[in-house]
Amino acid sequence: MLVAGIKSRPVYGGLNVDTHAKRHLFALEGEGALALMDQVKAVGPDFLEHSDILYVAAASAAHEHDKALAKLGADTLWVAPTIPVLLNRLNVMLGQAHMGTHIYLSGTEGFIGQAQQVAMNHGVDPASLHKEHRGSTARRVQCVHCKGITDNVTTSPYTCSACGLPLLVRDHYSRRLGAFQGVNIDAEEPGTAPKPQELFP
Amino acid sequence: MTINTEMKVRVAKVTQVADKVKRFRFERVDGEPMPVFSGGAHVIVSMRDGKALRRNPYSLMSSPEDTKGYEISVLRVENSRGGSAFLHETLKEGDELVLSQPVNLFPFDQRAKKHIMMAGGIGITPFLAMMDQMEREGKNFELHYAVRTRTHGAYWKDLQQRYGAHRVKVYCDAENLFIPVEKILANQPLGTHLYVCGPAGMINGVLGKARDMGWPKQNLHSEEFLAPPPGKAFQVKLAKSSRAIDVAPHQSILEALEANGVDAPYLCRGGACGQCETGVVSCDGALEHNDHFLEPDDKASGRKIMICVSRIKGNEVTLDL
Ligand SMILES: Cc1cc2nc3c(=O)[nH]c(=O)nc-3n(C[C@H](O)[C@H](O)[C@H](O)COP(=O)(O)OP(=O)(O)OC[C@H]3O[C@@H](n4cnc5c(N)ncnc54)[C@H](O)[C@@H]3O)c2cc1C
Ligand code: FES
Repeated sequence: MLVAGIKSRPVYGGLNVDTHAKRHLFALEGEGALALMDQVKAVGPDFLEHSDILYVAAASAAHEHDKALAKLGADTLWVAPTIPVLLNRLNVMLGQAHMGTHIYLSGTEGFIGQAQQVAMNHGVDPASLHKEHRGSTARRVQCVHCKGITDNVTTSPYTCSACGLPLLVRDHYSRRLGAFQGVNIDAEEPGTAPKPQELFP
Repeated sequence: MTINTEMKVRVAKVTQVADKVKRFRFERVDGEPMPVFSGGAHVIVSMRDGKALRRNPYSLMSSPEDTKGYEISVLRVENSRGGSAFLHETLKEGDELVLSQPVNLFPFDQRAKKHIMMAGGIGITPFLAMMDQMEREGKNFELHYAVRTRTHGAYWKDLQQRYGAHRVKVYCDAENLFIPVEKILANQPLGTHLYVCGPAGMINGVLGKARDMGWPKQNLHSEEFLAPPPGKAFQVKLAKSSRAIDVAPHQSILEALEANGVDAPYLCRGGACGQCETGVVSCDGALEHNDHFLEPDDKASGRKIMICVSRIKGNEVTLDL
């Protein structure tokens, strides 16, 4: 069960490397590494010498994409142990970045949403970000009741990790939080929530 | 039929501020306060000039906080079709005219980390109000202002005094000084926005350089004080009311409609807002698009026209009105 078709659902235009950019800053999570590899195939490797890559393997550790990224020979590559550590580093780098730097985000929706939030705090217009969804379609969802955030939600309804209510996942997306919205599904008659369906594998 | 409610105003003061530039202060006849506006906004000034009704857009340049009156600064253009000549040569203190509500098609981005403004000549006007607002809001900004000669340039001395010469740089054609666009755009912090107001050549040149230097289009803003060329007379047929109206060489389609009692919607009268978009049913010649609004394929389709600035080369056009 999903409430779909709400306008705020993000769309991702693809990484599309801009050859006018002076520098390229990639923040990639998990399968997002493959989005960058595809760009190298599409436009050639020249942009890599002006590129900084931040990578976190997250759920894709077994695929060893970090090794493949290292072989690209970008100007810098930095592999973070966790998403929050990567976001911290991204924040520091954006604070020193100049106009002409293009920012590329790829990975799961939850990751893209959080990285976008970091960029927006630096006055970057979200429409100027290059984004590509890769990997699991798992969502980061905020409970509208207790405001608790649950990462990697793959089903709807799901159980709120903070307050335990069964929540229906809506297509309503908050850019500020980088999260979808979850609303209680059995408010009238507790205990009558339908079985969770795997919707975001 | 516009979404504007118009305001009757009286000319409170006329000041010569530079060669060919006059400032006009307007206050409401009914003594009510003016609406607060945001820096970058313009109003449409309606002028009764003998038999002709002239309506031109002018940027508000006074402080957006000043609700006692609005001020505009007007350049007297050579070969004026009427508006700027009327304002300079006929309009006197105490005269009355009509203003539209302010409309802002050139607002600054509140989320920006830094604002860089580039003005050419009279294109300084929207920035005067913007800087007043930015200063009050504690924003980080700088202005680069190109003038033909020091006596043609309005306000540069006042601006340097008020904001400091490090934030207001003046470049004078006559002294062979030009805005060093590439140098300025290199090494600006992320989240900087660029605003350009001036002649078409300047706007295209600056924005082209910015794009070549990797600035995303979301950070680029411009406003042109469009003065499209006149042409030959032609006739407009209205499909819905089966009327035929003549458009004179020095008249826009919109003006010809208004002169014949047909009200069409508008906001900017400068080919930028999209409000006056009109369907073209047929045309026996070529459409001459002078606007910045329609996409190239819309222009090529021949099915749409912005009647505030565009005309036709031919004898007759039938509009979906
Ligand atoms: C958003 C905006 C803000 C502006 N702000 C300022 C400002 O602050 N200061 C300033 O000095 N100027 C400003 N201008 C320019 C101003 O509106 C006038 O264009 C200028 O004063 C010259 O007017 P004019 O009537 O003397 O002469 P012209 O430029 O000769 O005539 C303009 C008139 O021609 C009509 N027209 C338009 N297109 C055609 C066409 N294709 N064929 C025939 N007639 C046509 C228009 O209806 C307009 O009334 C601004 C313009 C815009 C769009
Ligand atoms: S009135 Fe704005 S484009 Fe014509």
